[in-house]
Amino acid sequence: MSFLPQLVFLLIFAAAGWIISKRVKFLKRNILLGKDTERNDQADARWKTMLLVAFGQQKMFKRFIPAILHFFVYVGFIVINLEVLEFVLDGILGTHRLFAPLLGGLYLAAMNFFEFLAVAVLLSCVVFLIRRNIIKVERFTKPEMKGWPAMDGNLILIIEIVLMIAILTMNATDQILADRGIEHYLAIGTLAFSSMIQPLFEGMSDGALVFIERFAWWFHIVGILAFAIYVTYSKHLHIFLAFPNTWYSNLKPKGEMANMPEVTNEVNMMLGIPSETPSDPPAEIGRFGAKDINDLSWVNVLNAYSCTECGRCTSECPANLTGKKLSPRKIMMDVRDRAEEVGKSLDAGGNGLEDGKSLLGDYISKEELNACTSCNACVEACPVNIDPLSIILQMRRYVAMEESGTPSQWNAMFQNMETSFSPWKFSPSDRFNWAEKVKEEEMK
Amino acid sequence: MSTYKVPTMAEMAGKGETPEVLFWVGCAGSFDERYKAVTQAFVKILNKVGVSFAVLGPEEACTGDPARRAGNEFLFQMQAVANIQVMNGYEVKKVVTACPHCFNTIKNEYPALGGNYEVIHHSQFLQQLINEGKVALQGGGEFKGKKITFHDSCYLGRANNVYEAPREVIKALDVELVEMKRCKTKGLCCGAGGAQMFKEPEPGKKDINIERTEEALATGAQAIAVGCPFCLTMMTDGVKNKEKEAEVKVYDLAEMIAKDMGI
Repeated sequence: MSFLPQLVFLLIFAAAGWIISKRVKFLKRNILLGKDTERNDQADARWKTMLLVAFGQQKMFKRFIPAILHFFVYVGFIVINLEVLEFVLDGILGTHRLFAPLLGGLYLAAMNFFEFLAVAVLLSCVVFLIRRNIIKVERFTKPEMKGWPAMDGNLILIIEIVLMIAILTMNATDQILADRGIEHYLAIGTLAFSSMIQPLFEGMSDGALVFIERFAWWFHIVGILAFAIYVTYSKHLHIFLAFPNTWYSNLKPKGEMANMPEVTNEVNMMLGIPSETPSDPPAEIGRFGAKDINDLSWVNVLNAYSCTECGRCTSECPANLTGKKLSPRKIMMDVRDRAEEVGKSLDAGGNGLEDGKSLLGDYISKEELNACTSCNACVEACPVNIDPLSIILQMRRYVAMEESGTPSQWNAMFQNMETSFSPWKFSPSDRFNWAEKVKEEEMK
Repeated sequence: MSTYKVPTMAEMAGKGETPEVLFWVGCAGSFDERYKAVTQAFVKILNKVGVSFAVLGPEEACTGDPARRAGNEFLFQMQAVANIQVMNGYEVKKVVTACPHCFNTIKNEYPALGGNYEVIHHSQFLQQLINEGKVALQGGGEFKGKKITFHDSCYLGRANNVYEAPREVIKALDVELVEMKRCKTKGLCCGAGGAQMFKEPEPGKKDINIERTEEALATGAQAIAVGCPFCLTMMTDGVKNKEKEAEVKVYDLAEMIAKDMGI
C-alpha cells in the first residue's frame, strides 16, 4: 500500500493551514487599524448575546423564510464539519470510514442525518440563487451589489451546492462498491438520500466507481480547504466573525452617542469649570471624529469584516427606502474595502493610510452621511449586531468639527443654538411664554 | 376655582421647596405653535392629578441633541454642561419630558458629563398615573371606539426600548388600536431625527414622512397618535400633503388624555 495519497493529503492540508494563518494575520492587523476601545465589560451579558444572536440566530428569524433556509445551511455547516473530521483522519491515516466500526449503528444514523442536511443545504442554496438571480429580491439588486459582491454571493452558493453534490456522490458510489464486496469498502446500511442517486452509477464498472468515489472524496476535502481560504477573501467571513462580532456588541441603549472626553476638557475650560482630570495638555489630540478607518474603533472595522451583505439594514433604512444615496450596507462595505486597501498597501511596503485617499470622500460621500436620520433601523435589522450608525455619526463629527463642512441649514441651526439656546431662532426670553395662557385658565 | 399653576424651579427654590419632578419642556414644547398645545395639555394633567412639579422656564436651553447628531460635539457639550449646571444647582432628581430626543439625551448622554437623573418619557409617566388610578378617564370621550394608530418614535422605541407604555396609554382610552405594518422594533422613522428636522432632505424620490403617512393612512385609522414633537410635525405635514387633514387628526398622547379628562 502506497503512502503517496497520505503524503499528498498532508501536504495539501499543511499548505491550506499556512495560507489561512497568513490570511488571519492580515485580517487581524486590518481590524486593529481601528482605534483601541474598551468592550470587555459585562462578560455574562456578552456571552448571552453571542449565544442568542450568533449561535441561536435570534435576529435572523425576523424574516422567516430566509431564516429557515439559512438555518439549514448554518446547521449543515456546523454538523457536516463533524464528518470532515473523519475525512481528515482518514486522509492522514490512510483509513476509510474510520468511525464506522467504532460507532456501529450510530454511524448509519449519523450518516443519514448528514445526508439529510446535505440535501437541505443544497436545496436552500438553490432557493437562495433563485432569490438573488431570478426573483431578484430588491435588497440584492442595489447599486453597491453590482460586480464582485453579486458574484461573491453566487459563487458561495454554487460552491456549497457542488460540495454537497460531492458528498452525496461519494456516499452513493461508496455503497455500491461495498455491496459489490470490493475490498476496503464497508457496507454501512441504507443511506436514505444518496441511495436515490445510485441508479445513475449502477451500470458502471468497479474501476470507474472507485475513480468517482475517490474523486468525490478528494474533491470534497480539498474543496472545503479551498473554500476556507476563499472565505477569508469574501463577505462569507461572517461564518466565523459573527461570533466575536456579537460578543463585542454595543450593550448600551442604541440612542446613546459616545461622549468625546477630549471635547469635554475644552468645554470645561471655556466655561471656567475645573476639569475632573488635571488639565495636562493632552499628549496628542488626534482628529475630532472620523475621516479614515484609523479614526474609527477596531469594533467598527470588525463590524465591517463581519458583514455578509445581506442588506436587511438597507432594506429598512428610511433614507434608502425613499431613494436617497445612503445605504448602511454600503457604509460597511466601504469600511472593509478601505481597510483591505490600506492593509494591502502596507504589506506591499506602500504608504498605507497616507496614500492620499480616505474613507470620507473617496468611499463615503457627505451626501450619504447627511441623509441619515439616526433612527437605528439598520442597527436593529442586522442579524449579527453590526452598527453602521456609529460610523456615520463619527464621520459627521469629522465633517462638522474638522472641515466645517455641514450643510448651511445645519450651520444656521448651530448659530441659533449658540445665540438663543434653541435650534430655532427665537428669543430665549420668550421660552416660557407658552405658560401665560394656561396660567390664566381656570382649572376644571 | 383656581387657575392652572406652572411653577418654575427658581420660584420653588425661593420658597425653599423642591418639586418631585422636573418637567423638561424642550424647544418644540416652548416655541412650536402646534406643539405648545401638547405642553399645555400635559401641565393641565399634572395640575389635575396634583403632581408636585416645576419647569425651568427661561432657564431651560436646548439639550444639544440636534447639534450632536449633526456632528457638532462642542456645541452639544456647551449646551449640555450648562443645562447640567442648572439642574444640579436645583438638585433635580427626576425628570419627565414629552420629547424623546430630550429624553434620550438627558437619560443616556448627560451622565457622562455629570448629570445623573431618573428620566422618564411622558408616555411612561402617563401610564403610571393611569395604572395608579390617578387619571380618571371618562372612557366615553371623543376617542371611544375609534380606530387609532400609534407611530413609534425612533428615540423612544429602538433607541430606548419603550414600546408598550404609549400603547397602554392609548388603550386606556377605550379605542381600537390598529398597528401599522412597520411598528415597534420595525417602526419606520418620520424622517426628522438625526437633525434632519433642521434641513431639507437629501435628493431622493420621496420624502420619508410621506412614506410613513401613507402607511398610517392605510390602516384606516381616524387619528394618528404620536409621542414626539418632531413626529407630530412630520406626520401632520404628511397628512396635509395627502389632503386628509379633515378626516385624520394627529395628536400627542398627552392631548388625547387631557381631552378625555375634559380639560
